[in-house]
Amino acid sequence: MSKGRFGIHGGQYIPETLMNVVNDLEKAYNHYKDDEQFNKELTELYNEYAGRPSRLYYAEKMTKDLGGAKIYLKREDLNHTGSHKVNNALGQALLAKKMGKTRLIAETGAGQHGVATATVAALMGMECEIFMGKLDTERQALNVYRMELLGAKVHPVTSGTMTLKDAVNETFREWVSRVDDTHYVLGSVMGPHPFPTMVRDFQSVISREIKSQILEKEGRLPDAVIACVGGGSNAIGAFYNFIEDKQVRLIGCEAAGKGVDTPENAATIANGRLGIFHGMKSYFCQNEFGQIAPVYSISAGLDYPGIGPEHAALKDSGRAEYVPITDDEAVNAFEYLSRTEGIIPAVESSHAVAYAIKLAKTMEKDKIIVINISGRGDKDVAAIARYRGVDLHD
Amino acid sequence: MIKLKEAFKDKKAFVAFLTAGDPDLETTEKLIYEMVDKGVDLIEIGIPFSDPIAEGTVIQEADLRALSGGVTTEMIFDMVGRIRSDIKIPLVFMTYCNVLFGYGTDKFVKRCSEIGIDGLIVPDVPYEEKEELLPYCRKYGLELVSFVAPTSHDRIVKIASEAEGFLYIVSSMGVTGVRKEITTDIGEIVRAVKAVSDIPCAVGFGISTPEQAKNMSEQADGIIIGSAIVRIIAKYGRDSVEPVGEYIKSISSAVHGS
Repeated sequence: MSKGRFGIHGGQYIPETLMNVVNDLEKAYNHYKDDEQFNKELTELYNEYAGRPSRLYYAEKMTKDLGGAKIYLKREDLNHTGSHKVNNALGQALLAKKMGKTRLIAETGAGQHGVATATVAALMGMECEIFMGKLDTERQALNVYRMELLGAKVHPVTSGTMTLKDAVNETFREWVSRVDDTHYVLGSVMGPHPFPTMVRDFQSVISREIKSQILEKEGRLPDAVIACVGGGSNAIGAFYNFIEDKQVRLIGCEAAGKGVDTPENAATIANGRLGIFHGMKSYFCQNEFGQIAPVYSISAGLDYPGIGPEHAALKDSGRAEYVPITDDEAVNAFEYLSRTEGIIPAVESSHAVAYAIKLAKTMEKDKIIVINISGRGDKDVAAIARYRGVDLHD
Repeated sequence: MIKLKEAFKDKKAFVAFLTAGDPDLETTEKLIYEMVDKGVDLIEIGIPFSDPIAEGTVIQEADLRALSGGVTTEMIFDMVGRIRSDIKIPLVFMTYCNVLFGYGTDKFVKRCSEIGIDGLIVPDVPYEEKEELLPYCRKYGLELVSFVAPTSHDRIVKIASEAEGFLYIVSSMGVTGVRKEITTDIGEIVRAVKAVSDIPCAVGFGISTPEQAKNMSEQADGIIIGSAIVRIIAKYGRDSVEPVGEYIKSISSAVHGS
């Protein structure tokens, strides 16, 4: 077995042209991850620039309304740039800078990772180009303009399904053509080794904080941690430091779109099978001939046909559970949290809220659930209005 | 089974690529006969993939045309099986790992050997992951082609010393596609390979003109042309047999000397 395996998953299935680039990245990461100065700089960026630690908020009204388990919200939506994506973007940009790279490229789905990368590129004085499916540039026009404001160049990707997977393809193609000065800030726990491990490490600050915050507030660990899963970076970040605590249920919520039984969904665990794509072995939505399936979700950030290899391994071992949540359930949860707590969650995170609403009711009042609110929902307001048939423009 | 090195015997080899099913399998079949007739030494038959990350737009679009035309791996196996006995040169499949894996790698390679495919080129399986395919290639007698890129440097020795069939030298950084000029020192890469192995070296990525083909074949054992051919097929569709034939002839005389 090659490097970067999680059970049978992971690996480095990439063209020879990229192998030495990825090997150099791995070497640099292994060096800096335990480097005191690097970690000091990263912590300072997390705290002073991104506003960490993010709050663990007791959602009292929601808890009382549902009448079951006590619900806490991990407020990654309060980070600078509005989502958990900044944790990884800061880590990778700092590493790239140490490696002498001057240019950052990245894919983005909903635009949150693109915005985070454009932001840190501005901060660190690096060039930045973002690849985004054309369909997503239309769904998330505001984020495109935000990235441009931050000085990034945004390339609408017109190949394939014009969504996240195609943006990943195009960013890999760009990287292959210009490796010397360029680092690819991959936005999720996917792709070839070392990305799934490195991105997980940068995101694991989420569960590190949850753990100390819940111990302080409740004096014990939660009974369940719930997060949405596309590629799976916020979920692995929220799960990671609880993996050894077997009493904590880890629940990933994937996008079931119009339903897992319809052709329009992105539920990789429910509908996918083992495959090799985007540099990794994992589960993918695909047809009988291994062609990657077009997927769909109302949420551009979950609209991806695969899942990170560590999630695939957590699924195999049974340590984590994965449940499908439909567009309808997510939109209802989006509106519910907005009205109940005055917090507008990203439509991605709303998938986790939707499952928590179902689960909390079935649990005793002395149980504790933590929902990772991976991002804020301002970017989704127009899409939700459209979903409800409200025309905001006339 | 024909050994891939046969294509390089006593001459520089001209390796030609086309995407199976673009615009349809009937045309692909005619194009294969035409390529052989006009002097190609080895044919890479591309099995289209939904997300070919190592390809430029020309081959990406060919894959898309073929897949939307309804071609499947099974149909390509049938076509090749039907014509194989007429074709006297080595044939290989070029595709992405999930096309094999999704079909079942064992079953896929077994079918290849049954229909007379001699080797496989799978760009997203590097040296580190070749155990994914190599045991099956050994089992059924296919050769697995390895790549060397301008960034391979210290990797050349281990790749070349274990390589089989021929070595695919990537001429330039980036994806497949026609290039105005190739600036990589191909001669230097070939010398590094030859220091550890006598495996034939074929240069691909970016070659389109007879001049480039002649120049590159002088620095290596052969050349590979894909996008320039696929571009003609894209332009002429079902009527592409004649223009592709003319183009192949011009490259063939540049490589083989007329």
